[in-house]
Amino acid sequence: MGKNKKYLAVQIIAHVILIIGAFTMLVPFFWMLSSSLKSLGEVFVFPPKLFGERLVWENYTHISGRFNYFNYFMNSVKVSVWVVFFQVMTSASAGFVFAKLNFPGRDKIFLLYLGTMMIPFHVTVITNYLQMSRYGLVNTLWSLMLPASVSAFGTFLMRQFFITVPSELIDAAKIDGCNPLMIFFRIALPLAKSTIATLCIFCFMNVWNDYFTPLIYLNNDRKYTLPLGLARMKGMYSTDWPVLMAASVIAVLPVLIAFLFAQDAFVKGVMMSGLKD
Amino acid sequence: MRGSKKAGKLKDDSRWAWLMLAPNIIGFFMFMLVPVVATFVISFFKYDMLTPPKFIGLTNYITMFHDPIVWQVTRNTLIYTLITVPVGMAISLVLAVMLDQKIAFRRFYRAAFFLPSITSMVVVAIVWQWLYNPEFGLINYFLSLFGIKGPKWLLNAHTSLLSLAIVGIWKNAGYNMIIFLSGLQGISTSYYEAAKLDGAGTWQQFRYITLPLLTPTTFFIFVMAVIGSFQVFDQVMLMTEGGPGRSSSVLVHYLYQNAFQYFKLGYACAIAYLLFFIIMAITIFNMRMEKKMRDVY
Repeated sequence: MGKNKKYLAVQIIAHVILIIGAFTMLVPFFWMLSSSLKSLGEVFVFPPKLFGERLVWENYTHISGRFNYFNYFMNSVKVSVWVVFFQVMTSASAGFVFAKLNFPGRDKIFLLYLGTMMIPFHVTVITNYLQMSRYGLVNTLWSLMLPASVSAFGTFLMRQFFITVPSELIDAAKIDGCNPLMIFFRIALPLAKSTIATLCIFCFMNVWNDYFTPLIYLNNDRKYTLPLGLARMKGMYSTDWPVLMAASVIAVLPVLIAFLFAQDAFVKGVMMSGLKD
Repeated sequence: MRGSKKAGKLKDDSRWAWLMLAPNIIGFFMFMLVPVVATFVISFFKYDMLTPPKFIGLTNYITMFHDPIVWQVTRNTLIYTLITVPVGMAISLVLAVMLDQKIAFRRFYRAAFFLPSITSMVVVAIVWQWLYNPEFGLINYFLSLFGIKGPKWLLNAHTSLLSLAIVGIWKNAGYNMIIFLSGLQGISTSYYEAAKLDGAGTWQQFRYITLPLLTPTTFFIFVMAVIGSFQVFDQVMLMTEGGPGRSSSVLVHYLYQNAFQYFKLGYACAIAYLLFFIIMAITIFNMRMEKKMRDVY
């Protein structure tokens, strides 16, 4: 009896803390949504109201007049699809090589990859910019796609998975006359499905939300990705909050939908990023 | 390393290995190794992208040492770290402990906490700038309900950095919570059962089982959080551009300004290496600490 009461009390306290936490996390999103449906006058009202007199859907149609949303969206899609595909492919093949093939210097090279994971992004960004500008790729989407096609973290993640694949499996295939490339595509890659899914999501999230890289490389409105386009719009229409909020709502939607469909994969991705042992 | 004895017996895969490694290693070489070295080299030059680079030895580093702005942005970065890391980690840990039990709506809570970390910082900045609005923002309205007159947040030199730190905490809490949660789930329940038999209460279990066994996770999050907050840039650029004055400018923001606004690339490279050395020092210090802690437990 007493134990039950105590259990109940713990549950109630836990829920109170969790509700306060969830409330704090979600209120900004609700506020974004409700502000996006107010008229300009209703936004500047004190005390603030949850909703205006009517829902002003026009804010959403006004976006396209000031904000090249479709264009930005397509640029973001292009960059994301390219980077996710190539980063996963280069990471998986190199991860497989580092885990399962024998050649002199293998562990030393892998150690070099590990060592660079600690180096801040900003140490490489200036010289990468100079490099891109020399190739004439500044202000093109290539400047975002090429450097991101390879990732030391992705390589590390894939290698950690392939190390768990029993070597007997690989050796048996070798005896059957398979070369390493065939083994990689027919045996190793199918086994790595869930790790690859994790890496895809992780990579997509980073590329889709990236603000710093486009900020540096792009200065032509037609090349902007979604985050940069939105940031520039914020600079230009900083007082038209309802339309700005509507644009924000639309910018959040793709990742939000991906998240709602694949919550567990997202969570697994984060957990795996924490397993750096 | 694992099968080094076996490796001698097995066929040497060099040719295939290099073939399959090629795309990755070429990219790694071009966009990682070369830039790391090149940045170091350029930090000894004066370079503005228009005129040819001029070798000036250690001048950039000496200038940096005497540059009051470098000191100010380093101080700001440190303050930002000292606010976000402990507070953020405490919140993440509390939320993770609450979720690490049989509780209703677990998935909902987890999703709600995680939502800010998948949201683009640009969107976060727009929404929070509106929340922080001194006259019409939700935050000052909320404070006014308790009779508190809220500050001007981003527009005040005394609160701008704090305001950015709050956004940082809000955005990352869910991410770190998930890593804490995976650490908590790795602790075997048999420890708790044994402790219960010995009559340990909830707090004692937390203090003497959960916290010590969670140490590796805590250290990991701590290191990553410190490294991350030393590289903070997005919300600074988006919400205050370092202002008012230099009150919320941070290391990477000053690096960005030097490289891409003032076109002092050599100087920017020197600042990049300052950042690199600070992060290296912190990481090495933490690794030593963790080793010591491991010996204690």
